[in-house]
Amino acid sequence: MKLWKTILAAAALALAASTSSFAARTDLVIGIPLEPPHLDPTAGAAAAIDEVLYANVFEGLTRIGPNGEVLPDLAESWAISDDGKVYIFKLHTGVKFHDGSDFNADDVKFSLDRARADNSVNAQKGLFAAIDKVDVVDPATVKVTLKNPQGSFLYNMGWGDAVMVAPESADTNKEKPIGTGPFKFQSWAKGSSITLVKSDNYWGAPVALDKAEFRIVPDAAAAVPALLSGDIQAFPFFDPDSVAQVKDDPRFKVVIGSTEGETILSINNKKPPFDKLQVRQAISYALDRKAIIDGASAGLGVPIGSHMSPANKDYVDLTGRYPHDVAKAKELLKEAGLENGFKATLKLPPPSYARLGGEIIASELRDVGIDLEIIPVEWAQWLDQVFTKKDYDLTIVSHTEPNDIDIYSRKDYYFNYDNPAFDKIIADLNLTSDEAKRKELLGQAQKILADDAVVGFLYELPKVGVWDAKLQGLWENAPIQANDLTKVKWSE
Amino acid sequence: MTAYLLKRLIIALATLVLASMVVFAVLEIIPGDPARLMLGLNASADQVEVLRNQMGLNAPLAIRYLHWAGGLLSLDFGRSYTYSVPVIDLVRERIVVSLPLALIALALSTIIAIPVGLYSASRRGRAGDAIAMGATQFGVAVPNFWFALMLIYLFAVWLRLVPAGGFPGWSAGVWPALKSLLLPAVALALPQAAILARVARSALIEVLNEDYIRTARAKGLPYRAVLWRHALRNAMIPVLTILGLQFAFLLAGTIIIENVFYLPGLGRLVFQAITQRDLIVVESVVMLLVAAVIAVNLIVDLSYAVVDPRLRSRQ
Repeated sequence: MKLWKTILAAAALALAASTSSFAARTDLVIGIPLEPPHLDPTAGAAAAIDEVLYANVFEGLTRIGPNGEVLPDLAESWAISDDGKVYIFKLHTGVKFHDGSDFNADDVKFSLDRARADNSVNAQKGLFAAIDKVDVVDPATVKVTLKNPQGSFLYNMGWGDAVMVAPESADTNKEKPIGTGPFKFQSWAKGSSITLVKSDNYWGAPVALDKAEFRIVPDAAAAVPALLSGDIQAFPFFDPDSVAQVKDDPRFKVVIGSTEGETILSINNKKPPFDKLQVRQAISYALDRKAIIDGASAGLGVPIGSHMSPANKDYVDLTGRYPHDVAKAKELLKEAGLENGFKATLKLPPPSYARLGGEIIASELRDVGIDLEIIPVEWAQWLDQVFTKKDYDLTIVSHTEPNDIDIYSRKDYYFNYDNPAFDKIIADLNLTSDEAKRKELLGQAQKILADDAVVGFLYELPKVGVWDAKLQGLWENAPIQANDLTKVKWSE
Repeated sequence: MTAYLLKRLIIALATLVLASMVVFAVLEIIPGDPARLMLGLNASADQVEVLRNQMGLNAPLAIRYLHWAGGLLSLDFGRSYTYSVPVIDLVRERIVVSLPLALIALALSTIIAIPVGLYSASRRGRAGDAIAMGATQFGVAVPNFWFALMLIYLFAVWLRLVPAGGFPGWSAGVWPALKSLLLPAVALALPQAAILARVARSALIEVLNEDYIRTARAKGLPYRAVLWRHALRNAMIPVLTILGLQFAFLLAGTIIIENVFYLPGLGRLVFQAITQRDLIVVESVVMLLVAAVIAVNLIVDLSYAVVDPRLRSRQ
């Protein structure tokens, strides 16, 4: 007995001594659900690419901050001409790419011209559509001339798709990304993990972490034991349904934030009977958003009434436009001459918000007489049948691109929505840079979409992050798809 | 023997050619455009067309098949659409996970199953047999992903003996790499062992009822010697058949276990490639697996001849 006590005391002492001599950790293993197909943010739409590289390895002229604000990045300042068509960017000097070459105005011209070229495979080529020409004034100054004023130009330049690349390494970035960021790429064990290390010749404030490994954990059930065993210390995008298993554990922090993912019941607006306003409105009245959020997203997620994130500064609350009202829905269907209801299909892509939400929505619409046949599809099928060929009645999808209300004005977009008044507002918005005026136009745009009940607006996808309680500086919200590690550090 | 071998080889080659046509055709029929998947929702139709041309997707079907099949003949498996690296590199990275995992699991399952089968067969109908067969029934019924999670919670979260998942790579050292394959191998092996033990038991029971067993016993051979020398050897053919099937399954059908342990194996490569419509990867890897399965079957066929001399002389 006595011996035991002595051993315990000695062990306790040894433990105390060893922990006090530890400096704060400088390594981090982050779990991500999907592996990026390659590592070039300027050549693919996969969110996983930006989730590893944005702000960490690659930087743009501007960048998007933790709350969706536009911040200077490689451009330390800029001046805009009075007509809003000429932007003069003043670049930081002494910036080097990870291969040691200098970053200067020539690289800016190269990057922007490459992204908007005819043979460009940039997934967000539209971001660069307004650019007329890019001129190098001197090594630290770039002049960008637009075809017309564009209110969102500085925001656009902050996307992952608009990051700066060097002509020497642009073609090999998919395998070996070379950027200007505070972390440089070290290795990629395909199917397993991607490792970044601190860059020694970084131009800005140095980061606290020496090493960051992104480990690919595709299965939500595997994420919990990986956290509990300490193998992985952070899951910035955690499965909402697994939160209950860790939320009362003091070793972890559960952070519920917002995203830019408007989750909607998309409607084919040209296909009868959905071409009738009353039918679309009836669907909106039939939806019980609370029940959908509870069932499809573990009760997390904020209801929306139009196509805008509640976290956005220009958000207008339109959730009261169509309260859950079965009687009203039936009445509208009667007005449309469909008092006996009708049959339609609901195509569901793989994410659980769609598959689970779809079953709830099918039962809610059945209550008003709309009989839905559920058709599960893979992403590849969804893109082909629904998005490209528009062969669908209803579908559920989350539109995760930030500030993407303009999709409703796109010709030939899969909603098949066509409203000249809405198009006019978006056209005006593109030419407006005055904040107050933009807010007013965006408010009008949101109202028109709600009035027209273009789609069934459901809820904003939550960002559920779970990480070690001692870890600081990870983003709470996801205004863009990124895991910015520049401010991340371990306390102690 | 030579004729037997030759016949088997010709059948194997014909199967390969036929399989390549089926695999290629099926993947062409399923909907989905790899270029659109890469570019996402915001890209215009023109841009998708540009990428399709760059990827060589706009060439006629027959030309693409001949190009691919011709490449296979010279062991050129093509380039991945999404990863833009040679498919053979991807396979090489994955096979160093999948092959050792399959071999360890197979070894474990054999080591467990054969003694259990022998024990049960020799105590047929008694308590020991009932308990062993009850356990194998349980092993067959339990889903392996659930069993895997239980193993993770016990050995990784609670006891912290092994990592909860992931694969550090062989460059991290043989022991750390092996350690990360242990739990998945056990999770894979137990259900396989349960099936194998049941097969071994019934094969043995059948053999034990044969006349020559009675003769062997009658001439005074001890029971143990009869069991090992005469019975087991004659019961090997169904056991080898199941082992061959299990190896093929363990090499590529372990996608669920690979997901639970987030191991970068072949199964996950194929699964990922299918969802991303990385057709060239799917086609080439599936062909490799077809070749592996055919090779395993060939080996099994040949091993029949080893365990059963009659097959040797008759052919």
